[in-house]
Amino acid sequence: MTETMIISLLTITVRAGVSLLYATLGEIFTERSGVLNLGVEGIMLMGAATAFAVAYHSNSAWLGLAVAGLVGMLLSAIHAFLTVTMQADQVVSGLALTLFGTGLSSFMGQRLGPGGTTMVGLQAPTFQRFSIPLLEKIPILGPSLFNQDILAYILYLLLPALWFFLYKTQPGLHLRAVGDNPTAADVLGIQVKRSRYLYTVFGGFLMGVAGAHLSMAYLQGWAMNITGGRGWIAIALVIFATWDPFRAAVGALLFGGINALQFRLQAAGTEIPAPFLNMMPYFFTILVLVFITWGESFRKRLGAPAALGNPYIREDKK
Amino acid sequence: MKIKFERRLKEAKWAVFVVPIVSFILALGFGGLLLLAFGINPVKAFQVMIQGSLGGRYAITETVVKAIPLMLTGLGVSVAFRMLFWNIGAEGQLALGGIAASYVALFLSDSLPNFLTLPMMVIFGMAAGAIWALIPALLKAYLNVNEILTTLMMNYIAILMVEYLYLGPWRDPDGYGFPGSAPFPDEAILPRLIGRVHLGIVFALIAAFIIWLIMSRMRWGYEIRLIGENPRAAKYAGISTTKNMILVMLLSGALSGLAGMAEVSGIAHRLYQGLTAGYGYTAIIVSWLASLNPWAVLFVSLFMAALTVGGDQLQVAMGIPAAVALVLQGAILFFVLGGWVFINYRVRIIRTTEATQVGELHD
Amino acid sequence: MSEAKTKYAVEMRGITKRFPGVIANQDVDLFVREGHVHALLGENGAGKSTLMNVLSGLYQQDEGQIYLHGKPVNIQSPRDAIDLGIGMVHQHFMLVESLTVTENVILGLYPTGLVINMKQIEDDIRELSNRYQLNVDPSAYIWQLSVGEQQRVEILKLLYRGAEILIMDEPTAVLTPQEADKLMNILHQMAQEGKSIIYITHKLHEVMGYADRVTVLRKGKRVETLDTENTSKDELACSMVGKEVLFQFDKADREPGEVVIQVEDLKVVNDKGLPALKGVSFEVRQGEILGVAGVAGNGQRELAEAITCLRPIKGGRVLVNGRDVTNCPPRDAINTGLSHIPGDRLGRGLAANLPVSDNLVMKVYRRPPIATGPLVDYKEVNSFSSRLVDNFDIITPSIKTPSRSLSGGNQQKLVLAREIDASSGALVAFNPTRGLDVGATEAVRRELLEQRDQGAAILLISGDLDELLQIADRILVIYEGEMMGEMAIEEADIDQIGLMMAGERQDNLSNSSNE
Repeated sequence: MTETMIISLLTITVRAGVSLLYATLGEIFTERSGVLNLGVEGIMLMGAATAFAVAYHSNSAWLGLAVAGLVGMLLSAIHAFLTVTMQADQVVSGLALTLFGTGLSSFMGQRLGPGGTTMVGLQAPTFQRFSIPLLEKIPILGPSLFNQDILAYILYLLLPALWFFLYKTQPGLHLRAVGDNPTAADVLGIQVKRSRYLYTVFGGFLMGVAGAHLSMAYLQGWAMNITGGRGWIAIALVIFATWDPFRAAVGALLFGGINALQFRLQAAGTEIPAPFLNMMPYFFTILVLVFITWGESFRKRLGAPAALGNPYIREDKK
Repeated sequence: MKIKFERRLKEAKWAVFVVPIVSFILALGFGGLLLLAFGINPVKAFQVMIQGSLGGRYAITETVVKAIPLMLTGLGVSVAFRMLFWNIGAEGQLALGGIAASYVALFLSDSLPNFLTLPMMVIFGMAAGAIWALIPALLKAYLNVNEILTTLMMNYIAILMVEYLYLGPWRDPDGYGFPGSAPFPDEAILPRLIGRVHLGIVFALIAAFIIWLIMSRMRWGYEIRLIGENPRAAKYAGISTTKNMILVMLLSGALSGLAGMAEVSGIAHRLYQGLTAGYGYTAIIVSWLASLNPWAVLFVSLFMAALTVGGDQLQVAMGIPAAVALVLQGAILFFVLGGWVFINYRVRIIRTTEATQVGELHD
Repeated sequence: MSEAKTKYAVEMRGITKRFPGVIANQDVDLFVREGHVHALLGENGAGKSTLMNVLSGLYQQDEGQIYLHGKPVNIQSPRDAIDLGIGMVHQHFMLVESLTVTENVILGLYPTGLVINMKQIEDDIRELSNRYQLNVDPSAYIWQLSVGEQQRVEILKLLYRGAEILIMDEPTAVLTPQEADKLMNILHQMAQEGKSIIYITHKLHEVMGYADRVTVLRKGKRVETLDTENTSKDELACSMVGKEVLFQFDKADREPGEVVIQVEDLKVVNDKGLPALKGVSFEVRQGEILGVAGVAGNGQRELAEAITCLRPIKGGRVLVNGRDVTNCPPRDAINTGLSHIPGDRLGRGLAANLPVSDNLVMKVYRRPPIATGPLVDYKEVNSFSSRLVDNFDIITPSIKTPSRSLSGGNQQKLVLAREIDASSGALVAFNPTRGLDVGATEAVRRELLEQRDQGAAILLISGDLDELLQIADRILVIYEGEMMGEMAIEEADIDQIGLMMAGERQDNLSNSSNE
């Protein structure tokens, strides 16, 4: 493969991975606090639809992005309220969120165009790609990593920041404790319920941004199933990454890359049919799951939140 | 001041009925507001929805048609949930069932006498769904791997398999580019009863009966119930959790596989894109709303199907996006989820932050 | 007045704590001096843990006052307690396994602000660890540590927060003898440095060996407080166990018949992999109740589970009616007619949300007439259930009521009914009257006696010595997985039993009166 091909491959991979990584990071933080949010797909769709609609009508891409983030926060707040305060089942609540988000975004997509028509086919202000002057000169990595849109660049900074927060700060430590042993955290004065709310809503924000990236940067338009299952992929990615931000980045590149690559590979005439390539990530995720559960020590080392999925009820604990 | 939830001594019976009804009303209210926000008359919209789903023979048959896969997958899922096995994989099990049934229809029907084709499709469909469910079951039973995540992953793999097949090797040569397999021969098509309602409804009714029979009249049902309620007591009573996990999942997967067979054979008459339209996920909601009761599953499936069909009608008649149905479904669920807590807990507002634990006796 | 008070680090005066149905602490006084190791001695239910939970802020007392160094204090939460310098190490550790020692220690604090300065904190922790010879590596992950080391991390947590008063709740329960020794030395050293240690235990040798002073509690009340150098094991055992007996039962004399349950050199391991039973042997005959006495946590639960095929047996044999049932599947135990009344009815004995009838048929649902082939005849289930409810006088609105709604006593009667009906003469009862009120307790004991009169062989494992004294024919005492001694009820000497429960072997007792 020539250098140009590598660069173009890498560029597409990164582009495809950005929204996936945003969503995955959001779910990582949510799950780290002990809450399983299966509504990622719905939140991303709402993020995409809202961002596009607001951007179109206000002519500001940033406003669209901001509102998308807000919408993500609002939707995940509903999930937090139901699961943390009302102690409802996390699986069902997440699925309800997906249903709701899918429906509402579709509805909006058909009705928020000019004069109440469809948004499909419209043009709205978007986040264009641009290259960063000095950094783009780096061989191979330069033209691919540093020729992206602003959201990607923000992500480059966000990723290490989140990693630092999680592993090097006191609040990050508390988050890790809450997801693994909420009783111990509670006894030591850490507010378990508040943490769950906080991180679920934060996760929702990132998911909203992830959706916005799809309609405002990656695909630049609105279509009904614009996420194409990326929300579900993000959930798989969280496990694949064993709840770690940097590994999530690797995973997002892998998943996103495979997705984007399938056309290239078909064109190049490879034997492996595209869907099989697409299946590999899920298959690997199952393997990772088996690995983590089977080797108890792996699980502890890799930090799967032990309290994931269980509502924390102080009264029942005694 | 804090709001505390206290566990009730007994389930509040009134809440079991009141909560769904109130939730439905609240959701309708929410939906109505949404429609108003977009300049649509909610009353008229709801009227159209009811008309489209329940008004007249065509409407009702369409509702039933949409309900059939929900019924079958809902029943399958509810059996697994009884044992606290969170089978999120109905979607994939349905897909595999469709694939297997399509295989018979497209490739084996020639070598089979006509009257055997459908039965073989049923058997293959159920078997495929069962096998697809078996893998996560084994992983959980022997390695204790979280079943929510494994069944979810299996869904993707299954959906991709379907896609691969109807876009690739099983693609309809005369299809003019429409995504789907070649159409099934006549002997592979489920006969229709009324309108588009096909034999699948009979499958659903039989399945409901069988599940009901198992749960309420058979030893196995008692064992499943006990495992779901208190696995330690079940072990003490000599019941094997591993064996039952596997058996129950085989049954669960088989039912979803049957749903897949019914869809490809009774509705589309081919393996097609719309097979994986989310029935498997809606099934979870259906069985949850039905409190895992088989007859309630039938009823709730009809209800959800009515919403969907009503939504379609809304699109056709008033140009309002059919997606409204999804919004309503989601909203109903939210309200039910929120209201569910009142069945088992009482709300108490307390003024001080006194710890109120009961004394713990040493073991 | 204040002069006299300040020599005590902790004063608890007149503490009363009530829970629904029971007075856990009644007007209890506890005075602990600075630099002392003060032991809190008592049987199960004596109120030791409750008292300490009050001191450490988990509970609030209903009456009474706490003073620290002479000043009255109000402790509303564990946070308050820690701020006042009081910390408790519980039997169940509060550690996050996936985090390191350092990370666990600083949870909830912000020692270096928002960003963790790991190096500095680790150094501080290492210094503390060295000072008290805790030997804990700050960078180790909790899951890598042994139980003893984890316990020392808990101590470290308290020290790091400046605790001056440390409460240890039965700390050696989870330790090997070597680790226990190590721990005691550490505690001793902390006391030397001026810290006050309160030490909950039921083990006499620990009290005599390590404590400066001991307060004995019994049934919620303080019996006495002594300097350990002025007392003996005998005296303490006597205080601990007391001589009251609640009710009198008329026990018919019976000649015990054939051996029904036979246990030979039983070796069983507990959940943590440590030996729970170290070679226990005994027999239970027809028509007798063999009581097993001992303080909770000495292998009783493992014994009950091993005999009823719910726990693997590592060595030795169990025979029921001559059949070897060692390590058989639970279903075999049911088939040989061995019944089990479990220690926690809601944990293992009942499915709380299922109706009474479903719970009653748990052992017989496979047999005719209730089952015919794969089907269950619910008419039969109902008549069977009704019969049992009548016979055993279980008070319930209907047989379809979820068993959760029954009172504790009736839930226990439900379990009893089911087990007695299904047994063919062999019964293992573990704490059968735990948590029941007086009336229910009497009913259960009466029922057990009734069964014994009809020829059943009953192994009664109970933490309630009174219960055993009332209805057992013979008593065995178990301590740390071994049998300390055995005696017929007519010859039962409470003092001796008390000593055995606290670690003295029967052979060492009889002649000498003082230790």
